[in-house]
Amino acid sequence: MPATVPRKRTPEELLQQAQAEEIYERRGKLKVFLGYASGVGKSFRMLDEGRRRYERGQDVVVGAIQPKTSPETDALLSNLKVIPLKNIDGVPVMDLEAILARHPAVCLVDGMAYDNPPGSKNPSRWQDVEELLEAGISVISSVNIQYIDELRVRVEKITHKSVKQTVPLSFLHSADEVVIVDAPPEMCMTRTGDPQNGDEGSSEAQKLSELREIALLLAADVVDRQLEAYLQRNGITQTFGAQERILVCVTPRANAAAMIESGRRNAERFHGDLTVAYVSQPEISADDQAALDRNLAIARDAQAHVELLDGEDPIDTILDFARERGITQIFVGHSAREKWWERLTGTPLDRLIRGANDIDVRVFPH
Amino acid sequence: MAERQPSGKLKIYLGYAAGVGKTYQMLEEAQEMKRQGRDIVIGYFEPHGRKDTIARTDGLENIPRRRIDYRGTVFEEMDTNAILARHPEVCVVDEFPHTNVPGSTRVKRWQDVQALLEAGIDVLTTMNIQHLESLNDQVWQITGIRVRETIPDWVMQQADQVVMVDLTPRALLNRLARGVVYSPEKAQKAIENFFQESTLVALRELALRQTAHEVEIRQVDYESPGFLAAPINGDEADPSATPRTSDRILIHVTGDPSTVMLIRRGKRVADYLHADCFAVAISAGSESRDAAEREALERHLNFARNLHIEARMLQGSDVAKTLVEFARLNGVTHLFLARPRQSQWPSAFRKTIVQQVVRLASDMQVIIAADRGRSHPSDRPPAPQ
Repeated sequence: MPATVPRKRTPEELLQQAQAEEIYERRGKLKVFLGYASGVGKSFRMLDEGRRRYERGQDVVVGAIQPKTSPETDALLSNLKVIPLKNIDGVPVMDLEAILARHPAVCLVDGMAYDNPPGSKNPSRWQDVEELLEAGISVISSVNIQYIDELRVRVEKITHKSVKQTVPLSFLHSADEVVIVDAPPEMCMTRTGDPQNGDEGSSEAQKLSELREIALLLAADVVDRQLEAYLQRNGITQTFGAQERILVCVTPRANAAAMIESGRRNAERFHGDLTVAYVSQPEISADDQAALDRNLAIARDAQAHVELLDGEDPIDTILDFARERGITQIFVGHSAREKWWERLTGTPLDRLIRGANDIDVRVFPH
Repeated sequence: MAERQPSGKLKIYLGYAAGVGKTYQMLEEAQEMKRQGRDIVIGYFEPHGRKDTIARTDGLENIPRRRIDYRGTVFEEMDTNAILARHPEVCVVDEFPHTNVPGSTRVKRWQDVQALLEAGIDVLTTMNIQHLESLNDQVWQITGIRVRETIPDWVMQQADQVVMVDLTPRALLNRLARGVVYSPEKAQKAIENFFQESTLVALRELALRQTAHEVEIRQVDYESPGFLAAPINGDEADPSATPRTSDRILIHVTGDPSTVMLIRRGKRVADYLHADCFAVAISAGSESRDAAEREALERHLNFARNLHIEARMLQGSDVAKTLVEFARLNGVTHLFLARPRQSQWPSAFRKTIVQQVVRLASDMQVIIAADRGRSHPSDRPPAPQ
């Protein structure tokens, strides 16, 4: 019994969904093989998928392939129809017009980050791919994470190589399917025919390992978005998470700096998500307001999503928000000072713990 | 706890469902190794009637399975002794989390694999993410299935390499529909149960994140706050050990079935924070507990030990006080407690353990773990091994 709850949809939502589905049906499907280095076998996987679809009777053509190929990829290529690249002033360019005219069901496109020469219809090859998709042609492609624009700075720090031509992350998110092509670093090092040993080899292995981690987490994020989109499309409210989502609840007097720091560290360790929330309270003193502002500034510095919540009952407000966001851990402060009536009725903390059922509650002393 | 480092190398092909291509990829690599001249055998292979996969075993030496008669039925298991006698360089072992039929030398196939590794044989093996012990509760939440055959996290951590075998859920569902994975009637049943798209997407995400974690903890100059911190307990500094911070996690073990989930959760957090992890049960003295309660406590402490958590029994009449004092003495930074059952929530005069501990523990974080298994009270840890 999966922990999912169907949600009723409004007529507007249903109409929007119908329109979205119609556009989706007409558009070609984009599938991307994602790798962390050259030599992991992205192009091979792309061509192998093309071969299998061709053997199942689909109309498959090769639109663009990397100039450097291996014997394995050559063998796959020999069985597929290829639309040759154009040569413009010595630059190989994918022949967009020829592919559109030929209009296959599926087109294989490697090297999505390539820039087209000046005077081309689109500045970059990935935009050509976009055009193929709009024309109803499905595209199978492959990309190396170092060519994802948003990752460029992080990857450059590891490789010390700068990349000029990139694909925006949003394009990857728009893909219908993203597949990670994973292999141990040693495989890339031997496959690229660049055997290294000693210190140089181990530092190369370390670099590749860091890139590999980035690629796996990027794929996990893409998958997480797809899961959310799927649940939304099907009107399901998510009550479980494959990703850790931490909610730190702050008040003016809470030991917020320690809680936020712990939240940040935990979110980082779990590669999770950090939110800091404050439930607004009436008649807050100027001192408290200043303290609260300081706490929220710390939260923003920690790159947390900051949320100001409104609600009659702070505990219910926190729990409702946490459920809606698929929070897996709530961090709260606890003061040893207890009001006399709370000994009888229970403290707000007791109520929070009691109501949190499927969420961890972490209590910080202060 | 020092692990005995086996001398063979272990490589795990990790997937998120049957049919993603783990065995296929493992056999491809086995073929490649054979071409490179390595002495490689198949120790165990599960064909599942998949033609493409079966074709990948061509030319590889196969060690015949051992036949075991159990209650009138003949079962076939991997013949570990025969492999040890043959002593190849590399051995292919499908379905790592498999439980052997009673009467086998070892309870679990992963234990057979340990024996091969200790003999210096490299092993290639396959498993799905849902079989990882620490994810058992999350997997139950996602799939509604309580997976019984699990691999302790420390076993996966011992692997030299963990490689993710990826396939999109849509492609997997296509394979299923084309009858590549299962026979048509079994496929139909699978689609109705486990193979729902949202389930597959969530499991895939778990597998990707776990692989990223496995990659991270194997990085040589892995930066961690406290990487250079002095070892606790006067242990010999072991450069190959996982980096430690000064975080120390203590799990409160009770006889309640929810303790199993608490132990998994505490251990998982400890692994991610690179913290030390302990578990204690508190007994008020032998007379005050009935035999069943004592048996449950022992079973839970053993469950923790199997996950490589240092676990022990303490004596004390005031549970909250004993627990917090022990934690304080041992420099515990995070104390894990189970959520009280609704019936245990107190009147004005009686407080739950959680309430008492939160009031006493003024110098540590107290984590009240989510109850993901409440509606399944039959959750018991596997029998001691």
